[in-house]
Order: sequence, then C-alpha cells, then structure tokens
Amino acid sequence: MASFNQRLQTALDSDLAFAFKRSPVAMTATTIFALLAIAAVLAPLIAPYNPFDPATLNLMNGFTPPMEANEFTGQTFTLGTDDQGRDVLSTIMYGLRISLFVGVAAVLFAAVLGVTLGLLAGYFGGWVDTVVMRIADVQITFPSILIAMLIFGVAKGLTPVEARDEMAIWVLILSIGLSEWVYYARTVRGATMVEKSKEYVAAARLANRSPLAIMFGHVLPNVMGPVLVLGTIGLALAIIAEATLSYLGVGAPPTQPSLGTLIRVGQDYLFNGEWWILFFPAVTLLALALSVNLLGDWLRDALNPRLR
Amino acid sequence: MLAFVIRRVLQALGVLLVVGFISFCMFQFMGDPVEGLLGQEATEEQRRELIERLGLEDPIPVQFVRFVGNAVQGDFGLSYRLARPVSELILERLPATLELAFVSAIIAMALGIVLGVFTAINRSGFAANFIMTASLIGVSLPTFLIGILLIYVFSVQLGWLPSFGRGETVEFFGWRSNLGSWDGLRSILLPAITLGLYQMTLIMRLVRAEMLEVLRQDYIRFARARGLSERAVNFGHALKNTLVPVVTVTGLQLGSIIAFAIVTESVFQWPGVGFLFIRSVEFVDVPVMAAYLLLIGALFVVINLIVDLLYFVIDPRLRSDRAGSH
Repeated sequence: MASFNQRLQTALDSDLAFAFKRSPVAMTATTIFALLAIAAVLAPLIAPYNPFDPATLNLMNGFTPPMEANEFTGQTFTLGTDDQGRDVLSTIMYGLRISLFVGVAAVLFAAVLGVTLGLLAGYFGGWVDTVVMRIADVQITFPSILIAMLIFGVAKGLTPVEARDEMAIWVLILSIGLSEWVYYARTVRGATMVEKSKEYVAAARLANRSPLAIMFGHVLPNVMGPVLVLGTIGLALAIIAEATLSYLGVGAPPTQPSLGTLIRVGQDYLFNGEWWILFFPAVTLLALALSVNLLGDWLRDALNPRLR
Repeated sequence: MLAFVIRRVLQALGVLLVVGFISFCMFQFMGDPVEGLLGQEATEEQRRELIERLGLEDPIPVQFVRFVGNAVQGDFGLSYRLARPVSELILERLPATLELAFVSAIIAMALGIVLGVFTAINRSGFAANFIMTASLIGVSLPTFLIGILLIYVFSVQLGWLPSFGRGETVEFFGWRSNLGSWDGLRSILLPAITLGLYQMTLIMRLVRAEMLEVLRQDYIRFARARGLSERAVNFGHALKNTLVPVVTVTGLQLGSIIAFAIVTESVFQWPGVGFLFIRSVEFVDVPVMAAYLLLIGALFVVINLIVDLLYFVIDPRLRSDRAGSH
C-alpha cells in the first residue's frame, strides 16, 4: 500500500496537475473559488456581524453607504448596510453559504441519481434502459430552469404552509437536482455501454462478481472522468439556477437569504441611489459563477485526450 | 415518408399525454379544489353539490378523460388566486409574451449573424477577439443580472428608456401590440435585448464556426479565382450556405426563449404569461400552473415536431436511411 506521501507525489506528477500548473486561468479561478468557499464555510466565525441576530441590529444603521460613518450612530461598514441596518458584507457571506450549499447539494443529488440510473440503464439494457431513457428524452425537451420551477411549485403545494420557509432550501435542492440528472444519466449510460463489452468486465463476470459489484466497483471508476466535468459545469448551472429562482421569489426565503434573494431585495433600492445593496451580492454571484465555469471549461479540455 | 411522419406525430401525442397526466396529477394531489373554490366557510350541502358537479368521486381514469376533454377545449377552471377563468387570464397575457419573444428572436438573429460573419472574416483582429471574449462572459451572466444592468444603465443613469411595463399599446384586431407606437417600441427594447442576448451569442458562435468551415471550401476559392469581390464571396456564397443550421437552431431556441421569458418578464414586470406563471408558483395557484405546463408542453412538442419534419424535407440522406432500415 502506497504511503500518503507517495500518493501525493503521484497526484502532483499527474498530467492533470501539470496542465493545472501551466494554466493561469485555472489557477486564478481556483483561487477565487477557494476564497469564496472559505468565506462561506467560515461565515459564522469571520463575518463582522451576525445579520440574522435581531439583538445586534440597529434600524438607525439602515442605508449606510460603504466605508462611510453612519450619520446617527457613527458606525462604519466596509460594504455598507441594507434597509434594515444589516451589514452587507455579513449578509453576503451568509448568503454565499446558502448559495454554495444548495448548489453543491443539488449537483451531488443530480449526479448520484443520474449516475445510478445511467449505470443501470447502460449495464442491463432492455426495459430498464427504455424506461429511463424515455423519461430522459421527454425531460430534456424542456429547459431545466422551467422544470425546477414546476417541481418547486408542486413541492411547495405539498408541504404544509407553516413548514414552507424551513423546507424551502431542501425543496430547492430537490427541484434543481431533479432538473439536472438527465445529463449525467445520458453520459454515463453511453460510457457504460462501451465499457460493458471490454475484457475486464468479462473477467469480473467470470470471477462471479455480482452485477452491482461490477457496476459500482469496476465500471464506475472508468466512467467518472466525464461525470467530473459535468459536475463542475453543473455546479455553475445549479448556482445560477438557484440565484434565478430566489431572485424570482420562488427560492430561498427572506429568513434564509441566498445571493439571489439579496439581489431581489437590493433591486428595490437601486432606483434611489442605494446601489451597494445590490451591487456587492451581484458581483459575488458573478465571481462565483464565472470561476466555477472557467474551471469546468479548463477541466473539460484537460481531461479530453483529443485536445492534447 | 408517411410512416416516419405518422411515427413522429404519435410520439408527439404520447409526450403531450404524459404532460397532460402530470398536470392532471397536480390537480389531484395538490390542495383541495373544493376548498379552493368555496373557501372554508362552505356548508356541507354546498360541498356535496360541488363534488357532485365536478365529478370528484368518479374513478380516476374517467376524471382524466374529462380533464383532457376540457383541456382540449381550453377549459382549465378558475384561478384560485384571481378567481377568474384560467383560459381568459392566459389569452389576455399571451400576446405580450409572444411579441416579446418575436422581437428578441429578430434582434438575436440580426445581431448574431452580423457579429458571427464579422468575427469569422476578421478572425485574428482585436475587435473580433474582444467580441468573442465578451460573449463568453455574457453566457456566464444570469439573465436577470443582465436585465438589472440594462435597467441601471439605460433607465436609472441615462434615463433613455422605461424600466418596467409595456408602456403604450395599440390594438390591432384585438391584439394589443407594442409595435404600433413610439412609447411601446421604447418599452419593448430593453426586455427584448435581455431575453435575446443568450440566443444572440449562440447564433453568433454558430455562424462563426460555420463560416470558418465554409470559407475553406473549394467553391469559395473558385469564386475568388473568378475575381468576385470579397463582399460577394462572403455574403453571396459563404453566408448563404451557413443559414440552414442557423434557422434550425433558432427554431429550436424559440421554445427556450418563451421559457426564459419568465425571468425577463419578472425583471421588467412585463405583463405576459411567464409573469403570471411565476406568481402562480409563488401562491401555489394550481390551475394556472397546470395550464401553463400544458401550454408550454404543447409548444415545445410542436416546435420539435416541425423541426424534425423540416430536417426530413431538407436532408435527403435521412430519407434513404429510413427507407433502408425499414
């Protein structure tokens, strides 16, 4: 068994690491993404204020511009405050937390569901394949944001009124995940059908391994490359989908605002000249979506042997 | 030929039936229609009478057939939120959405083709590279941020264009249109650009790729050898041969334009069906959601069907393939 250091060395010598070290775009994107992720994860520790603790809020602080002292309280906020006197920097950090959590959880959900169904469809073929792929065919005809909206509406209708705000985050994950699984299923099914006829699968069959063990133990590691690329690009899509739904008022509730909810709130004040309430969450969202997108693009090129 | 057409039409009907079943299930399992229509104060007698009248105790297949029958006639019941017939609400708002989609498709095609040709001809120029990079960033921008940005620049800062609503509309034969007055045209400009931007970058990239492909062909070299002007070669010979895929892609994108109109209509408070739909999701107004689902479903199925059949007409190879395998 290789020691950890040896494994690390192998990883650092790999083609992927080599391509990474030569791509300034990938390195910048990773740095930005890592900074945003750290800010999100550590928000309760490093955010200057807890914007959702009513005890620390002072309505007099409302609409303080960035880097200026408030005319009543004399307090200064790096990125200003919103209508209720909440520090914009802190609301962004907490919002980032929710945006990232929903994005990552939705991608994981979509990937697990899609990969499992794709493996089953590709490996067994027959009626399993027909059922899964017909559903995928119908679903892929419609834009995924529309499907996410519909699932959100249905799930909202099914949850009791008093639990809706609490459930909203989970409903969001469910609806975005269910709207994206098709892409994983299609890719994995195609790759599985190719892998199925290879010798190592035949060998595993002869060794009397169960179909499930072959699928998840042998075929899955060999079809993970494209799934990784899909997952990275899917993360950007999921983050934007979440922001769009929340902006439209059918996503994260005002009690747990994501970046999209903050932008929705900020738009009302744009016309009065209080631009910072909208501007900073919007820039954060852009940085997040763009860095993940660039990373996904780079990963796709780096893992594609034809482009080397 | 006929077998292919019949099979595609049957498939389309199958998809529609599935979509119809989903919206039927929404009615069945979400909320109590009796409570939605009568309120909680109703007497037991009124409830019984309504259940009888709506046939809520019939077997599910019977109810489904009745639902499909009503839907085909455009009857989706009353909106829970606005207490008006859903068909009336949708018909009222459909022209606004269709017009917005139409104008943005025109903008996307016109600008997309011009920019695509430009970037293909001046492939290594500074302006072309700048446009390509900008389009990459534009694709990563969420639609609603583009809309807000445009509102901020052109309405708040410059004050040139209105920031919300349809403005003044003129009625042509019962169709309220924005295209008849100066104010209406000014109002539709920003939402149409917001909605069309994504499709514009898509068309631009497609035209550019196709043009680069075509410009390498022998007949282009021959046209140059004949001494035709650069303009005649680029536009008369090259562009013409790139347009078939552009038209199909735009056709397929029409459905997405109408779906994404939901976002644009919300940003600009444009009184179309998308705005109606998102409010109905917010307030769990099941009849409106179900009707919108069916409407969009039908639209997508019809567009896909038309594009498939058009391919069949345009590309003779498809025909012989089918004939060979059957």
